[in-house]
Amino acid sequence: MSDPYLQFVNSPPGAAIARQLGLPRPVRLERHRLGDPVIRGRVLLGGSSAPIGSPPMAGGRQAAAGGLLQEIVAVLREAGCELATGNEAPLRELVAQAGMDATVFNGEAPGGQRLKALVFDASTIADSRGLAEMHGFFHGSVRQLERCGRVIVLGTPPADCDSVRQATAQRALEGFTRSLGKELGRGATVQLVLVAPDAGAGLASTLRFLLSPRSAYVSGQVIHVGAPGASAAAVPAQLDWERPQAGRVALVTGASRGIGEAIATTLAREGAHVVGLDVPALADELEQVSTRLGGEALVLDVTAAETPAAIAERFSDGVDVVVHNAGVTRDRTLAKMPAERWSELMDINLSSQERIDEALLAAGAIRPGGRIVCVSSMSGIAGNAGQTNYATSKAGVIGRVQALAGELAGRGATINAVAPGFIETRMTAAMPIPIREAGRRMSSLGQGGEPVDVAETIAWLAHPASGAVNGNVVRVCGQNFLGA
Amino acid sequence: MNARRVAVIGGNRIPFARSNSAYAHASNHEMLTAALEGLVRRFALDGELLGEVVAGAVLKHPRDRDLTREALLSTRLAAQTPAYDIQQACGTGLEAVVLVANKIALGQIDAGIAGGVDTTSDAPLALNESLRKLLLELNRTPDTPGRLRLLARVRPWQLIPEIPRNAEPRTGLSMGEHCAVMAGEWGIERAEQDGLAARSHQRMAAAYERGFFDDLMTPFSGLERDQNLRPDSTPEKLAKLRPVFGGAGGTMTAGNSTPLSDGASAVLLASEEWARERGLPVLAYITHAQTAAVDHVHPLPSTGSPEGLLMAPAYAMPKMLDRAGLTLGDFDVYEIHEAFAAQVLCTLRAWEDPVFCRERLGCEQPLGAIDRDKLNVNGGSLAAGHPFAATGGRIVAALAKELHERESGGPPARGVISICAAAGQGVVAILESAGDGAAGASA
Repeated sequence: MSDPYLQFVNSPPGAAIARQLGLPRPVRLERHRLGDPVIRGRVLLGGSSAPIGSPPMAGGRQAAAGGLLQEIVAVLREAGCELATGNEAPLRELVAQAGMDATVFNGEAPGGQRLKALVFDASTIADSRGLAEMHGFFHGSVRQLERCGRVIVLGTPPADCDSVRQATAQRALEGFTRSLGKELGRGATVQLVLVAPDAGAGLASTLRFLLSPRSAYVSGQVIHVGAPGASAAAVPAQLDWERPQAGRVALVTGASRGIGEAIATTLAREGAHVVGLDVPALADELEQVSTRLGGEALVLDVTAAETPAAIAERFSDGVDVVVHNAGVTRDRTLAKMPAERWSELMDINLSSQERIDEALLAAGAIRPGGRIVCVSSMSGIAGNAGQTNYATSKAGVIGRVQALAGELAGRGATINAVAPGFIETRMTAAMPIPIREAGRRMSSLGQGGEPVDVAETIAWLAHPASGAVNGNVVRVCGQNFLGA
Repeated sequence: MNARRVAVIGGNRIPFARSNSAYAHASNHEMLTAALEGLVRRFALDGELLGEVVAGAVLKHPRDRDLTREALLSTRLAAQTPAYDIQQACGTGLEAVVLVANKIALGQIDAGIAGGVDTTSDAPLALNESLRKLLLELNRTPDTPGRLRLLARVRPWQLIPEIPRNAEPRTGLSMGEHCAVMAGEWGIERAEQDGLAARSHQRMAAAYERGFFDDLMTPFSGLERDQNLRPDSTPEKLAKLRPVFGGAGGTMTAGNSTPLSDGASAVLLASEEWARERGLPVLAYITHAQTAAVDHVHPLPSTGSPEGLLMAPAYAMPKMLDRAGLTLGDFDVYEIHEAFAAQVLCTLRAWEDPVFCRERLGCEQPLGAIDRDKLNVNGGSLAAGHPFAATGGRIVAALAKELHERESGGPPARGVISICAAAGQGVVAILESAGDGAAGASA
C-alpha cells in the first residue's frame, strides 16, 4: 500500500520543499531483513549512577540488586552489539568483566561518534532529584542518534517500589519517554520497559526486539517484564535466535490476507509450523498462503458452534502459539447501527476468541511455554466515532488479556495483546483521503505502519524467551496521538 | 649472549621553528648537519670514527639519498664513519636510537649517533604525476615525430606539482581528523586538552629559564629557543581558539595540536667503556624498547570502528613493561609525545580503562593512572613544535638529562617514552639513571 507523501519527502526535491514549508518529514523506516544483526550501529549504555555494588538507597529490591546493567550487558553481548558507555569506572569495570569491548562516549565531547541506540537503566533512581540523571544521560547523546535510532529506558514498576518517593520517580519516567518519542523524529522510537524485581534475566527477547528494526513502528510504549507469576517461565537454555519457533506449532486466525498473512509468514520464518485458519469464503487464498509457508490450512468459521471443538481436536497434541487475529469492522454511528451489526462483529472479534481459548485450555492443549497473542486495536484504547461496536470488542480483548494473564502464568504460558494503529492494508487503502492522511501523519513516526510491523511485534510476544512478558498490551501505532 | 649496557652520553638539537618561518630556506641536510656538528663540538668528537650514525626524515627530497651519510660528511666526524637513513614517520627518531643502542648492546659497535630531521617548509614538491609519466614516455620514445606528438600533449595544469599530504593513504583522513575520531571515542573534552597544552608551554618555559636546555641545544639561523613556545600560554587563552579538526563541534585546535615545524636533533650513545675511556658522562641507560602497530583501517567487530590511528603506543607499553618486570606506576618521569593533546589524553585514558586493557591489551587489570605531575616535566611537543623525525632525539636527550639530575645515589630514576606515529605505529622505550653507585661515570 503506497504512501505517496512519504515517497515525496524522501526524494531530494521533496525533502527541500517540505523543509521550506515546515511540513512533516517522515523517514522511510528500517525494517528487519533475513540475516540482519539485531542492530546495526553502536549502542550507548548508561545507568543511574548509584547502581553497581553500592548499598541500596531508599530504593526497592532492584536497587539492592544493583540495577539491571549486568543483565543488559549480557543481552547486548549475546546479541553481538557494538557498545559505548560513559567513562564511569564501575560501568567500565562491569563491561570488562563481561568480556565486552566498548568505546567511551562523553556527551560534552562526542566527537563524530554516532549512536544507533541509547539504553539507560533508570531502575534504581530513588527519588525525583535523581531524575536529573535522565537529562544528564540523554542531553548530550540524543543529538548523536542515527536515523531510525532506538531509545530504551528501563525502570522499576511503581507498584514494586519500596517508597513513595521511588514510586514517584519511576512513574515519572513514562512522561519522559512519551515526550522524547514525540520530539526525536527521523524514525526514532522510544520505549519504557518496567522490569519487576528479579525479572532481569527475562529481558533478552524484549531488548532484542526493541533494539532491532523489527520494532520499527512501535514507539512510546510502556512494557512490563516480569508481571506477577511470570518468573516461573524461564528462558530456554538452548535458543536459536534465528529460528526460535523451530519445533513449535502456531495457530493464526484470519491468516489468508493482510495482517494475518504477515503474522503467519513471520512465524513461519522463525521456524514455526503454522496452521492458518480462515472462513470458507477465503479458502483459496488461505490455501495459497499455507502452501507458500509449508504450513497447514484450517478452513473454519470462528463463529460456528462446532469450531472451538474442531480446533481443540486438531491441536489435541498441543499448540505453542495462538494468535487471535480474525476480526472485522462494521462501522456505523450507534444511533444508526442495527443490532446485527453489533452482534455479528462482537461474535467474530471477541466472543469467538473466548470460546476457542476456553476449549483449548479445557483440553490442556496450550503447552507449557505457550503464547496467546490477541489483536486488539488503537480504537479499543482511544475509542473512535462510528466504531462503538468495534472499539467495544477490542477493549474487551484487552480485558481478556489482563484477566487471563494470571491463569496462563500458572500454566507456564502467557497472553498478551497488540493494538495496531494505522496499518497500511486494503482496509485503510479504501478510506477517504483526508481521513487516511490524518491517520498516517498524526503520529510521532508520521506514517502508517506495515502489516509486518504488527507481525514482528506478535513474533516477539510469541517468542519462547518472552515468558516474562505477560498481560501486556503493546500498541503498534508509531506513537499515534490518539489515546496515547 | 650478554648484552652490554647502553649509555646516553648526551644530545643536541637546533631550536625548532614553525613552518615557513625562521628555517624557511634551510634544507634537511643543513639542519641535520647543524645538529650533528653541535654534538661533535659538545663532546669533542672531532675526527672520531664512530660505529655508525643513523637518522632519517619523514619528508625527504629524492635528491637526499643517504641524507645522514651526506650530513656527517659535512661535520668534523671521521669521514670513515658509516651511516644509514631510516623512516618510520614520527617514530623515526626514537627508532633510530633503538637501532644504534641494539648494536652497542650486541657489541657490534661501541658508539654511535641517532638522530632525525624534518622540514615542512623546504618540502619536496614532485612533478605532477601525469607530466612525470609523459616525460618518462618521452624518454622511451626514440623518434622525433613521436616525441613531438608527446610534447603536444603537455597541458598547463600539468605544471601543478604534487604536494606531500598529511593524509593517511588508506583512509584519506589527515592525522588530526584521525585524532578527532579518537578523541570522540574516548570522550576527551576541550578543557582537558587546553590544560595539557598550557602546561606544556609553561613547563618548557620554566625549563628554559633554569637553563635546562643550555647544553642540549645549538642556536641555528637566528633562533635560540623553540619558536612555537608561548611562555604566557594559559587554558583561558587557548579556549578562545576555534576547532580545526572534528567539525564545528570539534575539540581540537591549533593550540592543542602540534604545528608543522622544522628542526633536527641528535643523540650520542655508547658503551660504558667507550664513555669511560673518553671521560664522558653517562646521563642514563636505555634499557628497554618496543614498537607496535594497530590496524587503523579495518573496523573492529566489537565496536564497528577501526582502532585509533595513534593508539599503537598504548599497545606497545604493556609488552615492554612485562619484559622489564615493571608496572606503569614505576616511573619517575613520563615522556609522552604530544602530537595532539588529545592523543596523550586518549592514551592515558586507555591505560586506565578496564575495558580497553582487558579486551584489546589482554591485561586482567588496567595499567592504571599516572601522576600527571610526572608527565612531560620539561614541556612537550605542543610547546617545542614537532619536526617529525627530530622529536625522538629531542625527547631522549631531555629525558636522559632529567633522570641524571634526579640521580640521588639511591635506586635509579626511571623514565618512559611513548611516541605515536603515522600509519598506526608507535614506539616506547625505558631509560634509567645510573643509580646505586653503578658503573656509570657521573660527571
